[in-house]
Amino acid sequence: MTDSKYFTTTKKGEIFELKAELNSDKKEKKKEAVKKVIASMTVGKDVSALFPDVVNCMQTDNLELKKLVYLYLMNYAKSQPDMAIMAVNTFVKDCEDPNPLIRALAVRTMGCIRVDKITEYLCEPLRKCLKDEDPYVRKTAAVCVAKLHDINAQLVEDQGFLDTLKDLISDSNPMVVANAVAALSEIAESHPSSNLLDLNPQSINKLLTALNECTEWGQIFILDCLANYTPKDDREAQSICERVTPRLSHANSAVVLSAVKVLMKFMEMLSKDLDYYGTLLKKLAPPLVTLLSAEPELQYVALRNINLIVQKRPEVLKHEMKVFFVKYNDPIYVKLEKLDIMIRLASQANIAQVLAELKEYATEVDVDFVRKAVRAIGRCAIKVEQSAERCVSTLLDLIQTKVNYVVQEAIVVIKDIFRKYPNKYESVIATLCENLDSLDEPEARAAMIWIVGEYAERIDNADELLESFLEGFHDESTQVQLQLLTAIVKLFLKKPTETQELVQQVLSLATQDSDNPDLRDRGYIYWRLLSTDPVAAKEVVLAEKPLISEETDLIEPTLLDELICYIGTLASVYHKPPSAFVEGGRGVVHKSLPPRTASSESTESPETAPAGAPPGEQLDAVPTQGDLLGDLLNLDLGPPVSGPPLAASAVQMGAVDLLGGGLDSLMGDEPEGIGAPSFVAPPAAAVPANLGAPMGSGLSDLFDLTSGVGTLSGSYVAPKAVWLPAMKAKGLEISGTFTRQAGTISMDLQLTNKALQVMTDFAIQFNRNSFGLAPAAPLQVHAPLSPTQTVEISLPLSTAGSVMKTEPLNSLQVAVKNNIDVFYFSTLYPLHILFVEDGKMDRQMFLATWKDIPNENEAQFQIRDCPLNAEAVSSRLQSSNIFTVARRNVEGQDMLYQSLKLTNGIWVLAELRIQPGNPSFTLSLKCRAPEVSQHVYQAYETILKN
Amino acid sequence: MIHSLFLINSSGDIFLEKHWKSVVSRSVCDYFFEAQERATEAENVPPVIPTPHHYLLSVYRHKIFFVAVIQTEVPPLFVIEFLHRVVDTFQDYFGVCSEPVIKDNVVVVYEVLEEMLDNGFPLATESNILKELIKPPTILRTVVNTITGSTNVGDQLPTGQLSVVPWRRTGVKYTNNEAYFDVIEEIDAIIDKSGSTITAEIQGVIDACVKLTGMPDLTLSFMNPRLLDDVSFHPCVRFKRWESERILSFIPPDGNFRLLSYHVSAQNLVAIPVYVKHNISFRDSSSLGRFEITVGPKQTMGKTIEGVTVTSQMPRGVLNMSLTPSQGTHTFDPVTKMLSWDVGKINPQKLPSLKGTMSLQAGASKPDENPTINLQFKIQQLAISGLKVNRLDMYGEKYKPFKGIKYMTKAGKFQVRT
Repeated sequence: MTDSKYFTTTKKGEIFELKAELNSDKKEKKKEAVKKVIASMTVGKDVSALFPDVVNCMQTDNLELKKLVYLYLMNYAKSQPDMAIMAVNTFVKDCEDPNPLIRALAVRTMGCIRVDKITEYLCEPLRKCLKDEDPYVRKTAAVCVAKLHDINAQLVEDQGFLDTLKDLISDSNPMVVANAVAALSEIAESHPSSNLLDLNPQSINKLLTALNECTEWGQIFILDCLANYTPKDDREAQSICERVTPRLSHANSAVVLSAVKVLMKFMEMLSKDLDYYGTLLKKLAPPLVTLLSAEPELQYVALRNINLIVQKRPEVLKHEMKVFFVKYNDPIYVKLEKLDIMIRLASQANIAQVLAELKEYATEVDVDFVRKAVRAIGRCAIKVEQSAERCVSTLLDLIQTKVNYVVQEAIVVIKDIFRKYPNKYESVIATLCENLDSLDEPEARAAMIWIVGEYAERIDNADELLESFLEGFHDESTQVQLQLLTAIVKLFLKKPTETQELVQQVLSLATQDSDNPDLRDRGYIYWRLLSTDPVAAKEVVLAEKPLISEETDLIEPTLLDELICYIGTLASVYHKPPSAFVEGGRGVVHKSLPPRTASSESTESPETAPAGAPPGEQLDAVPTQGDLLGDLLNLDLGPPVSGPPLAASAVQMGAVDLLGGGLDSLMGDEPEGIGAPSFVAPPAAAVPANLGAPMGSGLSDLFDLTSGVGTLSGSYVAPKAVWLPAMKAKGLEISGTFTRQAGTISMDLQLTNKALQVMTDFAIQFNRNSFGLAPAAPLQVHAPLSPTQTVEISLPLSTAGSVMKTEPLNSLQVAVKNNIDVFYFSTLYPLHILFVEDGKMDRQMFLATWKDIPNENEAQFQIRDCPLNAEAVSSRLQSSNIFTVARRNVEGQDMLYQSLKLTNGIWVLAELRIQPGNPSFTLSLKCRAPEVSQHVYQAYETILKN
Repeated sequence: MIHSLFLINSSGDIFLEKHWKSVVSRSVCDYFFEAQERATEAENVPPVIPTPHHYLLSVYRHKIFFVAVIQTEVPPLFVIEFLHRVVDTFQDYFGVCSEPVIKDNVVVVYEVLEEMLDNGFPLATESNILKELIKPPTILRTVVNTITGSTNVGDQLPTGQLSVVPWRRTGVKYTNNEAYFDVIEEIDAIIDKSGSTITAEIQGVIDACVKLTGMPDLTLSFMNPRLLDDVSFHPCVRFKRWESERILSFIPPDGNFRLLSYHVSAQNLVAIPVYVKHNISFRDSSSLGRFEITVGPKQTMGKTIEGVTVTSQMPRGVLNMSLTPSQGTHTFDPVTKMLSWDVGKINPQKLPSLKGTMSLQAGASKPDENPTINLQFKIQQLAISGLKVNRLDMYGEKYKPFKGIKYMTKAGKFQVRT
């Protein structure tokens, strides 16, 4: 007696038989026949030919039969629009039925019949149902408006259904409210501009009341809607938080996560000093932990969200490390996510436990998981310095296992550890070299080659090792080829005598036999460098590398803030803003965290969370996956660019030696006879066009590439101003200015003798000042200064003097002595003379630092009337040692992220927003010493406006 | 909202589809099949799969994939929760949720799905209400229906739908009024090689079976409510009362329901009731390995441990095992390399053990990974966290109900590393 009987077929043909049964007089037989039709429909069989016969069964008192026919109608009306009209009358009649269940059923089904012609007939019954006395009908009708809008949006607007729907938000029944909110949210999604959900404190209050009483699903709709509201002050935010908090104890995980979203967002507005803030923070942890004991699919979504939450507010889960430990029968997607979070939570306090776990994971069966675990050990070493040694020894243990993929993964991460802690763990190189032969993955090979090249001087047989790689050069992946090229050049620069042949071999392989433009270009650059100026080559190639920063896969702060607004949604699973993946980009509105505003009067400067419209292309900027290497060596790992092979580069090299006479200078006093005379620079024809024809310029291009090593930087110099008028100093007039040239600060003075006697015996002294400026040499006026004579002196300054905070910060008191008297004056020096040349922060570092500096330290300024465009601004600032770390275009605005460092090591991070056509820029500065911000801003003004 | 639902069996056939909006071609499932192929095991299929125009969210239960198709930005947890609810409902309706059962009841399934969602919005998901709308099939009802021609679709608006207590129907009548509560705790733990606890936590639930006439209002209080600092309640529980007095006060749904679930976190000290002594070793030279495990009671508060089963996934290199148990039965599947030992009760005087040898592939090196031992057990009349119900009172009705409380502790994900 089961439904499977509906699937049995007979010889005559199913459709034929069903037709006969549907037209039977017996009710029971009819019903059985409709059931058979539905059964066929559910498994995807086409039973649309029976449309008229099924519709005929619609007018019946039997509710089950009616429902079944409705089911059929919904499925097939679209394919038979003309026939579907036959059903309209019954619908209209059913909408008047005394039984609310039937009224609701009719209005529900009507909306599901996606036929344009029918929609017109729908309006009147729908209008009635929206005002029905029975809430069950009203709530069903609310959803029907959303359905209708999907079919014919214009009709819904013309008929005024949207207003009726808005009215339903104030309905007395919570379920009706929830459905109205759900319907409006869905409609609003396709109409981002319309202000459908106009939230104000009154409507919020209604929603909060309904929240307590409606079903779990309704709660999700209401919470998601609440999350879009921006409270007017912190008090309102707190009161909403208080009323939302009980939802954290709901059994439905979606309710919990939606509540977490509302709280995370509104917390942003609460002051951290508030007791309530701390309470709230404590309340967030348990529900998040509980989500992890749910089904694996739920865990996965929860973990992706927790990943965001711990980045935004690490304090929430800092004590909960253990719940993220991996169980061996967790599905792989849960395991990988847990690992990610473990590393984020790793700190000095728990590192021992974490490492023990990671080591355990590295012996598991699943290859992907093991690899990630090994990588995680490396990331721990980089993140928690105290653990580095233990991490390295753990990695060595793992290498001893000789499991192929473990060894390869370990070598990749050890390379990163070398870059973070240079000259500390190189003793392990020997062990690494033992495993050279087993490496078959490009990433591991590249890492190993990098290590050999970097430490060539400590590896006795470095040349042999590299040579062995060279044999199959053309079969290697680009990444390995590039690395091999660099490594051999490094080796050559370190041991020039023995490896000359090797370097020639690799250069010719790279420049002549390769059709990869990246490889060729790099080959030429090295070649040219080596032949032009080997000393410079040494400086460039063996330059000190910046340390890698702790966490390379942090999400950019602005993106993170936006994603926090999307907790619980698909965006939070992908860690991308919806604009990046929502179909058709239906003009998704960017969300941002609310700024903190206090209701009580306060003198705090207007703080803005680093909000602003978050950039769309951010994702390209920061890899969100745990791919460490991708960032470290992005120069090397770029995908091979396929360009047309450079035909012109068929240069006859033959036995011609590559390197010009420069070798001598490299080798210093080494014995002669090592081919110096035979070194010839490569023929000019070989220079690829993009390197620029003159060799000199090619070289300086290269220097530019390597972020200005050795270039002279000249900061902006203000015109001289009179510091000490003659009348105050018995005839001595001093005017001057400050300059910064090639890393030296100097005070350019102009002394004029306006007295009638000769002046001699000049000396100068500075009072203690904020940045320890002091003369680096005595004031040298060579000849006595005769009347009306003027002398120009450049006085070099150092910043090694004693420090005392002055007010204002940049004031400098100077005493000048001559044979007549001692004179005192004070002047203000522009801050940009203190911006040092190595003030360019690494991009990742910038991100981490920006996030790290509390929002209270952020200051905002307006730079008005500056007609420059972003490029000009950037280059002008760069010449004054304000470096652009990243530049991005966001909705037409240019955002420049800049860094600078003061002589005393204070870093200042800046975000400069430039709107094309608008001469006013917005400058946000973040610095651990906020008192310098004002002066940095003045420096910006001075530099940009002159 | 939720667009469509596809049910797919483990051999990759779509055996049911339901659309709540326009029809989505079943070819969209091809993306799912791709992912399924990539994941070696069914459990590892990622729950969120993007396709060019849709997103596929799936859960895997009872060897069936429930794949929901969505087109717009919808909270994934909402969808996944809903899918689990669908499975629970099927189970509730038909006793088991399996492909043949769903196929046998396809029309009821279809009707139920239609009631659960409207245009992708959840409509009625409480099984109490659903059962009023569409009566679950029973043999008796089918017989009666055939004779009288009545239907199994209710024609009255479910009473609970709009009342203040939507989870309870009105007019409930019983001759025997009874309320039973089961406190069930599961221990999730990871024990390391040396026997010390790496992490242990307790997932507890209180399941209720309440069959009371009328509109009873119940209060349940605990001896030590302090333990419950991380709880999730059934919507019927009055949250304010819990916040202020730590008393559960509620009008219960009719029948079986989960009153609350709670979590005792790793930060509290969790008693571990069993220990496993193990000695699993491979030798480099020989193709034989030694295997020996013993299970014994630890902190059991004087209760007996029963229903003990030990399972362990042996390394791939193990060809066969020759073992002798001191009690119970054991099996080793040489294909899946799964060892399972059904121990039964633990007698503290005579600890159960399993000893013997493993034979490895000749010439193969010793396996890199160590097998993890998975433990299942049950302890009756004990809630390992120490949670105790103080009293249960009923207001609002005059009769005296029969009340009962049962405790049980089980192993959840209880793993011992070797």
